[in-house]
Parts: sequence; structure tokens; C-alpha cells
Amino acid sequence: MKSLHAQHHVLSDSAYQLTVLNPAEAAGAAFPSFASKLRETGLLPLRPTPLAVLQVNMGKMCNQVCKHCHVDAGPDRTEIMTRATMQECLDALAQTDIQVVDLTGGAPEMNPDFRWFVEQISAQGRQTIVRCNLTIIVANKKYHDLPQFFARHGVRVVSSLPHFAAARTDAQRGEGVFDRSMRALHMLNEVGYGIEGSGLNLDLVYNPSGAFLPGNQASLEREFKQRLGREHQVQFNNLLAITNLPVSRFLDYLLESNNYASYMDKLVQAYNPAAAENVMCRSTLSVGWDGQLYDCDFNQMLELLVAVPTSQHIRNFNQQALEARNIVVNQHCYGCTAGAGSSCGGATA
Amino acid sequence: MSDASYYNPADLAKFGKISEWQPEMGRKFFDYYGEVFKEGALSEREKSLIALAVAHVVQCPYCIDAYTSDALQKGADEAQMMEAVHVGAAIKGGATLVHATMMMNKAKELSM
Repeated sequence: MKSLHAQHHVLSDSAYQLTVLNPAEAAGAAFPSFASKLRETGLLPLRPTPLAVLQVNMGKMCNQVCKHCHVDAGPDRTEIMTRATMQECLDALAQTDIQVVDLTGGAPEMNPDFRWFVEQISAQGRQTIVRCNLTIIVANKKYHDLPQFFARHGVRVVSSLPHFAAARTDAQRGEGVFDRSMRALHMLNEVGYGIEGSGLNLDLVYNPSGAFLPGNQASLEREFKQRLGREHQVQFNNLLAITNLPVSRFLDYLLESNNYASYMDKLVQAYNPAAAENVMCRSTLSVGWDGQLYDCDFNQMLELLVAVPTSQHIRNFNQQALEARNIVVNQHCYGCTAGAGSSCGGATA
Repeated sequence: MSDASYYNPADLAKFGKISEWQPEMGRKFFDYYGEVFKEGALSEREKSLIALAVAHVVQCPYCIDAYTSDALQKGADEAQMMEAVHVGAAIKGGATLVHATMMMNKAKELSM
């Protein structure tokens, strides 16, 4: 499967995606504006809390082409962060008390300067999270020692697994991904990840493999632990349930399967003010592969820069100005405020 | 003649409106329904799969629609959902066949 970008698909254009999410009034049933919901909740303008996490997107290059990917990542994407931009990130980080750097992509490990970056973050005494897609570990010999590398730097590994069986997993992530994920999880368990008492944290991410909301996070976690333990001898720490947002490939899936209107309706009906209060854009800043700054990874993919003209690139990082900003919101935000809420850390309400 | 059907999927969303013509009974039913499906001695997920199986046995298209979505949302996959329906089929089929013991008794009464 090719990325939307490689297909020259109309949805690879962020401006077009925004017109789909914000149809003209005359075009028929539009959903209430997300901003108006925030206003009702007393959260407009949406303001940050102190910056706690720097989330860095290391590029759109990936060894997988997952159906729900909001990044439109894949092997045919060549955009990756340069070492120079990584240095700019490190320089900005050094000026702050931010304790956590969250590395995402694409597959962050495919960036040639990935290990160097992790070493530098450790050298600054900060914690690294790596959003590892698991199959990268077994994709090529040169990645086989990633578990040991992660362990050496106390990296918190966060990996997607949409189900405890192959059918739903492979439907979302590609044929054979479930089996390769189990092999990778065994390799991580072998160096202590996910094993109680090891101090090496391995969390799994549950993204629904279709046009439905995630179920109860605790209940899914119990089920996953039981089934993965019993059937595959795999252990992990926590399960994070994350909602799919109507951006890029998931938006394409919703439109193609005629589920867009009913899915958006589900998100809007499930709007939860408590989840809105705890949205991750309030405490996380997103850095694009080219160094530009965004309120979150979804805004990044929709090319909605932070509303701080003087600090829109990491080289111009200004913590004070950023912590005083109004967060940019749009209709996709309903995904993070539905039901129990959603964030890169799982349920929020 | 139009191609209308007796069943319209959009009617599922109107279930609550039945209370308009009998408010008190409607309220009691929906309160009970909500209570039944809460997490209890059985998990919400177990109840969802039971509901899915029963929906097929009583052949209610609205319930099949609602509980297919619900089961997927609660993390069930195709294999689990179909297995649940087979449980329903086994009981329905079994209920038919076990009555044959009555037939056998009666046949023996009347036969040489």
C-alpha cells in the first residue's frame, strides 16, 4: 500500500482535509464547531498548563503503512529530521525543566541520527519515550539490538497493538504484523521490558481497528494481559486506549467506508468536558521533522502551526510566549475529547 | 410500490421516544436496562457478547446493529463475536432437540 502522498491523493493536502472537516454551511449537516463546545465548557480560548513534554516527530519514513495513520507515514516518505534540527531541539530543551522527550514518527528508529539523539537526551538527564512500532526491531539485523539500546538509556517504550489476535491487528497494520510484533515483544521482555520490578517500562497502545471508539481502558488492559500472557507469553506494563482522529489515512478510511458522518456524530455526542480539560495539547509541545512547532501531532499533520508568530520554529523556542498562547483547535479535536478522552498517554478523563 | 422496508436503521436512534406514549413505564424500563448493562458480577464486555448472542436468537435487527458496534468497541473481534452467535445457535438448536425426549416418551407410550 502506498502513502496518500505517493498516490497524489487529494487528502494528502492538509488544506483539503480542513475543508472536509469544515464543510460550508450550505453543504448540509455540519457538526457544531469544536470551539463552540469549548466555549460552553468555559475552556475557550484553550490555554496551556506548564510545558511538561516535548514531543518530537523524527520523520514520516516508516517500515509499515498502517491504515489508520494520521501521519501518512510509509517507506515511500523521505522527510526526516536532520541532526542540525535535533541539535536545535536539544538547545531548546536545555533552557527548560521539561523532563520528558517523546520521540515519534513514522518509525523514529529509521532516522539515521536516532541513537545519537537518544544519547544526547540522556546526557541532559531527561527521560525518553520512544513510540516504537515493534516490527522495526525485527525488520532488519541492524535494528535487532534496539531492546538493549533502549534498556541502556532507560527509554520508556510505547508500542501499538490494536488487538490480542492477528485478524484485527493485521487488518489495521498490515499482513504478518501481529506475528512480527509478538517476536519483537519477546525480545523486549528478554531484556526486562514489561517485566514487573525491572524498571523498564513497556506500554501497549490500543487504537480501534475501525470506525468505533475505544472501550474501557482498564478492561481492555485486563483482557490484553490475560490473552497475551496465556497465548503468547508476552508481558507489558500498561495499556493506553487512543481514539482515532479523522485526519489523513483514517479520514480517507472513514470517507471510503461511508462511516465519516456517523463516526463524527459519535465523537460529537461523546464530548466530555472533563476530557476537554485534560487534553494533552495543554502540556505537550509538538516539534515537526523540519523543526516547526505545533500544539500536537494532529495539528502538525494538518499544518496548523502554533499561534505564536515569533516562536513557530524550535530555533526560536520561547517558553514564556508558548505558555501564554491560545491553542489552535479544529473539528478533529472532538477525537481527543470523546468519552473517556484520548491522548498519547491514553484515557484522560 | 416504493422499495421501503419494515425496518429502518435510523429508527434505532429513536428507541427512547417510546417513553412519549407511556412515560413512567418507559422510564422504569430504561433505568432497568441501564442497570442490567453496568459492570457487575459480569463485566460490561461479557454482557455485550451475551446481548449479541441473544439478539441473534430473538432475531432483532436493532439489537444486532447496536450490539455489533458495542462488542467491537469493547474489544471483541470477528472470531469472538461469531463464537458468541454459535452459542446462541447451539442453545436454540438444543432447545428444539431436547424436546424430542418428550416425543420419544410419547411415541413409546403409544407404540407396540
